[in-house]
Amino acid sequence: MKSVKAVIRPEKLEDVKAALEEKGYFSMTVREVKGRGAQKGICLQYRGKQIKVDMIPKTEIEMVVGDDDVRPIIEILRNSARTGKFGDGKIFVYPVEIVAAIRNDDEIISE
Amino acid sequence: MAIDAGDTAFIIICTAMVMLMTPGVGLFYGGMVRSKNIISMIAMCFISFAIVSIQWVTVGYTLSFGSDISGFIGGLDHLCLAGVGLDGNGIPDMLFMVFQLVFAGVTLAILTSGVAERVKLSSFMVLGVLWTTIVYDPLAHWAWGGGWAGELGALDFAGGTVVHISSGFGALALALVIGNRVGFGKYSMEAENITTTLLGGAMLWFGWFAFNAGSALAADGIAVNALVVTNVSAAAGAITWMLAAWIKGKPSSLGLISGAVAGLVAITPASGFVGPMSAIIIGGSAGLLCYGALLFRVRKGLDESLDAWAVHGMGGFWGAIATGIFASAAVGGTDGLIYGNTHQFLVQLFDASVAVIYAFVMTYILAIIIDKTLGLRVTEEEEYVGLDISQHGESTTA
Repeated sequence: MKSVKAVIRPEKLEDVKAALEEKGYFSMTVREVKGRGAQKGICLQYRGKQIKVDMIPKTEIEMVVGDDDVRPIIEILRNSARTGKFGDGKIFVYPVEIVAAIRNDDEIISE
Repeated sequence: MAIDAGDTAFIIICTAMVMLMTPGVGLFYGGMVRSKNIISMIAMCFISFAIVSIQWVTVGYTLSFGSDISGFIGGLDHLCLAGVGLDGNGIPDMLFMVFQLVFAGVTLAILTSGVAERVKLSSFMVLGVLWTTIVYDPLAHWAWGGGWAGELGALDFAGGTVVHISSGFGALALALVIGNRVGFGKYSMEAENITTTLLGGAMLWFGWFAFNAGSALAADGIAVNALVVTNVSAAAGAITWMLAAWIKGKPSSLGLISGAVAGLVAITPASGFVGPMSAIIIGGSAGLLCYGALLFRVRKGLDESLDAWAVHGMGGFWGAIATGIFASAAVGGTDGLIYGNTHQFLVQLFDASVAVIYAFVMTYILAIIIDKTLGLRVTEEEEYVGLDISQHGESTTA
């Protein structure tokens, strides 16, 4: 099992959700986050004065899926969240050891 | 006539209540934009009030209420409040001046709908001074300052043409010049904080009692009538818009409060001339008409972001015409169409149409000039970050 974490533009969330749902990927956790990437935030010029907007609001999506689903999900995320400009975000994939339900005693142990 | 203490006390309180409508518009609009622009929306309303406060006491009042020049504009005899003193007819002239000031302030605040989330603050301030001077002041003169509309017999009790048609159709013109927000129609731009919008709406409904009742300029029966019909019309608008939205989906609170504002707008010109039963019809039909106008705007892909056009523009236009239909001599001394006075109906139709054309065309020209010289819109990067940070250096979250 893998955890796929994507940091995306907040305004792309609806597109991303719809694209994932279309391919049958429904479960996810969404967080409002702030951060900066390789372009080091955004620099605004204001009549000679510089305003540096360091931490830019982003949306983080986390999904725990089977190993075989990771590549298709990365493709869907790229296609639905991309604008081609700086700040489109990143995708991170982590191993998951155990997924345990709370409602009952189901437990899926990762290989 | 001497100064009347009761009337004076009443209008002072009304002035304070109407002032609260301007930040009310700010909260109403602020709740409907994305969280990165909420400070900007509220601040623009305060800024509108501040700049109009100065504009009005220097040139605005005299252009609106100075001695008439060709029916179009007031003369400069009250420049910088010359001759505006503490005596007057029933209430002090100075009080009448400041009561009118709060109207001009809220009108400019309503106009911010058309440029929400994308206007350069500095350009908006320049636009605000010029717009109030070139668009609002002549309209106020026409209706109330001895201009052609008043002479013709057009009825506008509390500002259907002056406040609502001007800001509504002005906002439409601004939206056309400045263009849609980046991602409009593509990204979800749902209201960020409905609670804030409801609070702003409540402040508007509250202030509107003074807006309309105070326009009687005396604590008399006409003021009482205006208060009652204002409330009835708002209630009717709230219910019809909500029901219409319910048929299409859910009875949203945003629809309820938008409908209330539509009802308030529509009754504004009529509030001294119609009775409560007519007010139910006027407000109820305004809720449906303005909701329809909103749907039409969305279908056309036009980003007049917070619907000043649909609610204030179309609601104001309907209210002006409805005044000509439902006016009753028993209330305000003039009959409308349903009492056989076709002439009054035609006068209202003509007055409202001229106001629509004047407000739209003049605002459009003004916006083009500012866009070509100062630039009306922020850069795409500033728009992405949001106006709270890019224009004010502030944020609700940090």
